[in-house]
Amino acid sequence: MINETPLWEVFIRQRNGLSHRHVGSLHAADEALALSAARDVYTRRGEGGSIWVVPSSAITASDPDHTDEFFDPAEDKIYRHPTFYDIPDDVGHM
Amino acid sequence: MYAQGLIGADGRTDETPEFLAAFKARIDAEEKIEPKDAMPEGYRRTLIRQIGQHAHSEIVGMLPEGNWITRAPSLKRKAALLAKVQDEGGHGLYLYAAAETLGVSREEMTEELLDGRAKYSSIFNYPTLTWADIGTIGWLVDGAAIMNQIPLCRCSFGPYARAMIRVCKEESFHQRQGYEIMLTLCRGTQAQKDMAQDALNRWWWPSLMMFGPHDADSTHSDQSMAWKIKRFSNDELRQKFIDATVPQAEFLGLTVPDPECKWNEAKGGYDHGPIDWDEFWRVVKGGGVMNRERIAARKKAWDDGAWVREAALVHAEKRKARKAAMAAE
Repeated sequence: MINETPLWEVFIRQRNGLSHRHVGSLHAADEALALSAARDVYTRRGEGGSIWVVPSSAITASDPDHTDEFFDPAEDKIYRHPTFYDIPDDVGHM
Repeated sequence: MYAQGLIGADGRTDETPEFLAAFKARIDAEEKIEPKDAMPEGYRRTLIRQIGQHAHSEIVGMLPEGNWITRAPSLKRKAALLAKVQDEGGHGLYLYAAAETLGVSREEMTEELLDGRAKYSSIFNYPTLTWADIGTIGWLVDGAAIMNQIPLCRCSFGPYARAMIRVCKEESFHQRQGYEIMLTLCRGTQAQKDMAQDALNRWWWPSLMMFGPHDADSTHSDQSMAWKIKRFSNDELRQKFIDATVPQAEFLGLTVPDPECKWNEAKGGYDHGPIDWDEFWRVVKGGGVMNRERIAARKKAWDDGAWVREAALVHAEKRKARKAAMAAE
């Protein structure tokens, strides 16, 4: 269909100090309508102090069919973790 | 609120045994399935149908209660009912959005509702005759919905489960405001108490039917259970609902309209009399008092809103063009 109202992804920050989190999506003709719809749909009980709306079409996502290969470089680098290194107990907490 | 047990799902699927086994292993390991993950076609179809029916039920469910907003007996009740009906609209939107992640559009789902291909919960094909019906709907219909929806928070499909968590958080207010209406009526005059009993008499059996056909007659339940879309059978959920609700009725001083409803010590739950499944299917198939009016109301809202949707899109285009022109200057 040509006349479908665009889809937006909604991100809400509950309060300052936290990050915005994805809460869902909605349809709206433009960004102003998307914002007020997001307020009505996702923050009826004070769930948020800040809202981002992003056109769903603007999101580029990794391919779930290639998850293993894509994230493979992180898998075998155990030396990136603190527990890889032996420090004598006598040194104390580090 | 929630759709009754799924009607008319087709869980057939024709992937290779290896693919299905790998998918089943993910499900068995309680991994959530996300929209872009590979999934059997039957899983996708079942979810589109179930989430769609659920969403339609929320939206159609606004109508019987909306009917009483202007006639609520006090400002407090009116404000609460408005907030509840607005919540139902919100629940419908969360659910439509969850269904859309599976590759169906809002417009397609709406068309299916309006032309009768998609179902919604049959409970909304009963009329709301008195103010006590609003109390009873909150208490019983939302109560039954909560029984149904809590296990859906653990559904294997991520977006559906997440939508259900939001819905369940809001649902408790719905049930409590309904029960409080009943409590007020039952502590009132004899006429008010009679009105409460009459509403219970009319809504009790349809509420039990919300859980769908008995397990023995529920054709697609096994597949939904194996895919962990469903966690409890229709009869299990119905039994939980009855066990929770009968004592609440007793507290109100009301009697459920079932002479066979009594406590069964051996099974640790209430027994109940036979459910009139002929009535259930008659209403599902369009023979309820309000079927025509409900769809007519949805169709009118959709048609009357067409110019608004169109104008909003044209306006958005115009603004975009104006912005582009200004940037070019």
